[in-house]
Amino acid sequence: MIDLSLLPDGGMSWLDASGPKGSVVLSTRIRLARNLQGYAFSQRAQDADRSGVLTRVEEAVAASERLTGAVTFRLDQMERPDRQLLHERHLVSKELAGLDREARPRPGAALLVRGPVGVMVNEEDHIRLHGMRSGFALEEAYVDLEAADAELGRLLPFAFHPEFGYLTSCPTNAGTGLRASVLIHLPGLVLTKEIGKVLQGLSQVGLTFRGLYGEGSEVVGNFFQLSNQTTLGKSEEELLDHLGKIVRQVIEYEEQAREKLLESAPTEVADKTWRAYGLLRHARRLSFEETMNLLSGVRLGAGLNLIPGLSVYTLNKLLIFTQPAHLAVLESRTTGDPELPTVRATYVRRILEAEA
Amino acid sequence: MLCDSCKEREAVINLTQVEHDSKVTLHLCEQCAQAKGVETGVSVLKSPLGGFITAMGKGATSLLPTAADGLRCATCGATLKDFRESGRLGCAQCYEAFDSHLRDLLRRLHGSSQHVGEGYVAPGAVDTDPRRRLLDLKEQLRRAVENENFELAADLRDRIRVLE
Repeated sequence: MIDLSLLPDGGMSWLDASGPKGSVVLSTRIRLARNLQGYAFSQRAQDADRSGVLTRVEEAVAASERLTGAVTFRLDQMERPDRQLLHERHLVSKELAGLDREARPRPGAALLVRGPVGVMVNEEDHIRLHGMRSGFALEEAYVDLEAADAELGRLLPFAFHPEFGYLTSCPTNAGTGLRASVLIHLPGLVLTKEIGKVLQGLSQVGLTFRGLYGEGSEVVGNFFQLSNQTTLGKSEEELLDHLGKIVRQVIEYEEQAREKLLESAPTEVADKTWRAYGLLRHARRLSFEETMNLLSGVRLGAGLNLIPGLSVYTLNKLLIFTQPAHLAVLESRTTGDPELPTVRATYVRRILEAEA
Repeated sequence: MLCDSCKEREAVINLTQVEHDSKVTLHLCEQCAQAKGVETGVSVLKSPLGGFITAMGKGATSLLPTAADGLRCATCGATLKDFRESGRLGCAQCYEAFDSHLRDLLRRLHGSSQHVGEGYVAPGAVDTDPRRRLLDLKEQLRRAVENENFELAADLRDRIRVLE
């Protein structure tokens, strides 16, 4: 079992709902893709390349000011539930954690974390640096990351090309290597059926959306990750600026949609919220997906102050701890336990009762 | 608004240029913008490339010419065919080996193949690349014009002339 207490905040300060626009935006995440000169990219890397990359990165992290003392998780030496736990915590990608069916983590797959900055090693690129912040906080997230990147870049020879910028394994990431995503809750736009228009509009302005767990994941509980599609031909500043502008607009649309709902159908909205709350408070079996959908309804009500005394932080905590691996660890079960839905319902009841 | 150039089609982009110290904004349709060498981004979205961008992650690089399949990176041994099939390059030198194909692909994917973000010099290397300095200055000039800081823009323009 991994010891997550090594991370001062369990790597989860991003969910404390303290950030700007916390009731609509859960978190902001930015990542930079980097590769080292002299080593084959992931696709053609041999085990020796991978372990070479990991050693170099570990040495650089130890020698750096910002990242020294980082906690290292060797995904290639961890059991599946622990890897899944890190994935559910949004600290590693599904690919690095080797969670796809029949997949195993690649040799040398590791995560180094210090504070809000994480370094995935031997993912699709040699290095994926990421920074996470609570709420809508693109600039703050980038400040953390930029400093760590600059330091690592002075200690390690990154692959860089004067025309193409930072070279990445997949050309979709070349240039800045920067992908910023904002995890946003849009129940208002879904209920008013305006979400289709908004999502379609995103692709026209060079943005894209994904589900709760990023690339390739489904949208559950009305949570969307909005991020930049292109990484080359614009500066880091411009990319963040553009995403920021559009997200601010989406937040505005969402707030308008919620107001519209409250005005035109106050009873229906209250009914939806309280039904969801009632089910969470009293159900005896809950699947993860049902929990997410109910939490979405309750979250909408909490944002509109319909449910007094219920904090967004509690809802964020439920969002994380009702995921299979988290729940299993918390309640000493296995992720495949058929009783997990019962355990989940009991856990949710306990937390909500404590808040009521 | 109609295109300033052909006056027929709907303008989809605003092109701002600096000519003789003054800012000129042209409203152009997609075709005229392309004729002037500007990537509109609109074409990227209208063509199947919108889907292609998503599909790249899954290894569909069907737009690369199969005729050049045998092209091989001398460093890692990866061929253009490998790249077309996997969507992943083998090493940093692949970008040199498949230079022209990649430039084309990058333009289609991102609307540009020219990095304008932060520059980088590897530890121990000396930054002797005047091209990068030039690009850096041009980017600063663009921002100065955007912010209507014309004094700085004039200064930057002079420095660019010297380098060019």
